Amino acid sequence: MNQPAIVELSGISTAFGRNFVHRDLNLRVEVGQIVGLLGGSGSGKTTLLREMLGLLRPTAGSVSLFGVDLNDPDALTQRQVRRRLGMLFQHGALFSALSVFDNIAFPLRELRCLDEDWIRRLVHLKLAMVEMDATHGKLMPAELSGGMVKRVALARALALEPELLLLDEPTSGLDPDRSQNFVELVGALQKALGLTVVMVTHDLNTLAGLASHVAVLADQHIIAFGPKDQVMTVDHPFVTGFFGADRRKLL
Amino acid sequence: MNETPRLQVESGNVVLSGQWTLAAMLPHLSQLREQLAEQCKDVERWDLSALNRLDSAAAVLLWRAWGNAWPVKLEISPLHRQVLARVAELPQEITAPPTQPFHPIEYIGNLLLKAWGNLRGIITLFGQLLLDIGFLCRHPGDIPWREFAANVYKSGAQALPVTALVGFLIGITISYLSALQLKNFGADLFIVNILGVSIVRELGPVLVAVLVAGRSGSAMTAQIGVMRVTEEIDALSTMGISRTIRVVLPKIIGLTVAMPLIVLWASGVALFGGMLAAMLQLDLSLSFFFESLPRALPVANLFIGLGKGVVFGFIISLVACYFGLHVKPNTESLSANTTSAVVTAITTVILVDAIFAVFTRHIGVPQL
Repeated sequence: MNQPAIVELSGISTAFGRNFVHRDLNLRVEVGQIVGLLGGSGSGKTTLLREMLGLLRPTAGSVSLFGVDLNDPDALTQRQVRRRLGMLFQHGALFSALSVFDNIAFPLRELRCLDEDWIRRLVHLKLAMVEMDATHGKLMPAELSGGMVKRVALARALALEPELLLLDEPTSGLDPDRSQNFVELVGALQKALGLTVVMVTHDLNTLAGLASHVAVLADQHIIAFGPKDQVMTVDHPFVTGFFGADRRKLL
Repeated sequence: MNETPRLQVESGNVVLSGQWTLAAMLPHLSQLREQLAEQCKDVERWDLSALNRLDSAAAVLLWRAWGNAWPVKLEISPLHRQVLARVAELPQEITAPPTQPFHPIEYIGNLLLKAWGNLRGIITLFGQLLLDIGFLCRHPGDIPWREFAANVYKSGAQALPVTALVGFLIGITISYLSALQLKNFGADLFIVNILGVSIVRELGPVLVAVLVAGRSGSAMTAQIGVMRVTEEIDALSTMGISRTIRVVLPKIIGLTVAMPLIVLWASGVALFGGMLAAMLQLDLSLSFFFESLPRALPVANLFIGLGKGVVFGFIISLVACYFGLHVKPNTESLSANTTSAVVTAITTVILVDAIFAVFTRHIGVPQL
């Protein structure tokens, strides 16, 4: 059965000057999939992610989220779409002038219909979800360690209970234990909420533990997309090089 | 698939169905809350097994409606029970962070302490600069000539157009307004004295100082501040490069050198503007102006003006660098410090100008 598409990229081309990063690229992510986006450094993974968010407009082609074209001029529609997704930036992108608590509460307050007690409980719930103490809420982003920044950023991305979660290098900078916890956390959330996740990662363990599908970006195209075990058997120099000897372990 | 969150009462059971998620609840929020509050009074059996989705926002809503306790009888799928259990585990009373009450005396005290701290910090930076200059005198190879030249260009050469424009307009304005008054007394010739003394001695340096504080001072604070935020300053230190010698010193020396030159330039243009206005308003010829200017304006005034330029340039850059070095790594602090740098620099410049006026009151005043 064909599930509805959450993210649909069709005919995407991106060029910086004369340098093509993507050329006629297609990708369709369906409800409930956890897609790991793989590719070498500089192959345009983050660029693709930014195009999915509408932060960057592709040179050609169209991006639809939840069936809404991101080029739709209606500002309210666009805001509705943005509220249905959460993004974890590679370096957190926390608001440096706000405390941890206010960072997570920010998107909730922006809805303007929740009372403070509700927001407070939700923020503490998210903090507990990412295994942070309630006392950490008072800290400023500058006082956090790298791993904590990541977890607060995840908590903020989850604040609005998004249906689509975009993760850029979610486990880089976390110790193996924490990154395992992270994988379990996102996995559990995915089961409970039917989240759709698109993540860029280099970490094989994250990929093995979390991803249901893998998309491989190389030579300006998605050269392979499908369930994890299928993609790993693809005969392409990048795929064999990337998984290498670990291929067996991941299956 | 039933999307909207719904609440029904069926044979003594409260049955929830649909998607209980934040996004789905938002349009019906007030209605749902009313219904929940109503049901919670008398019904104690809840059937949540027909729920499609339950997110933590909805779980918090339910939990609060239940009065922070599990209902007597609850039918729910294990997955959704987990979501509710997470909410149940939270401490019941989450206190809001305490807000600091406002005490005027404490506020003023804090301001004074901060000002005192800033003064000490600026003196320390000044001392560090003296030490650095001593070091550079012993090791002339380490003098950062390129940075110095770049700063003279950035804060000096690039400031020429804007200072010229402002100077020219001010010159015209003063000349025009004075000419109107002088005409009444028949003292037309004194326009030269008024323009010469006021522009060269007072207006030129102060005007340029205000412009440069806004232009170059804020740029210095912002640049050093961002370098601190992005840890570039720390990167310099780890390479064994002194941040004061490489970053701070060239800025301060650069502006101190460039400032009297800009003052000279701006004063000259302002005088020219004044001359033009006088020529049109009072029919004073340019050659008369040039002849009588040296008589009306003893050369000491020029030196006072240039001296002020040196001191003002030094103050502006020192203050700007101090505030830049004390930016905390967040955007709020960056903007606050840039504002403080400009405000402090301009205030200090005007204060020092007053001191100058007192101490040079006998020098360079033309005797008639």
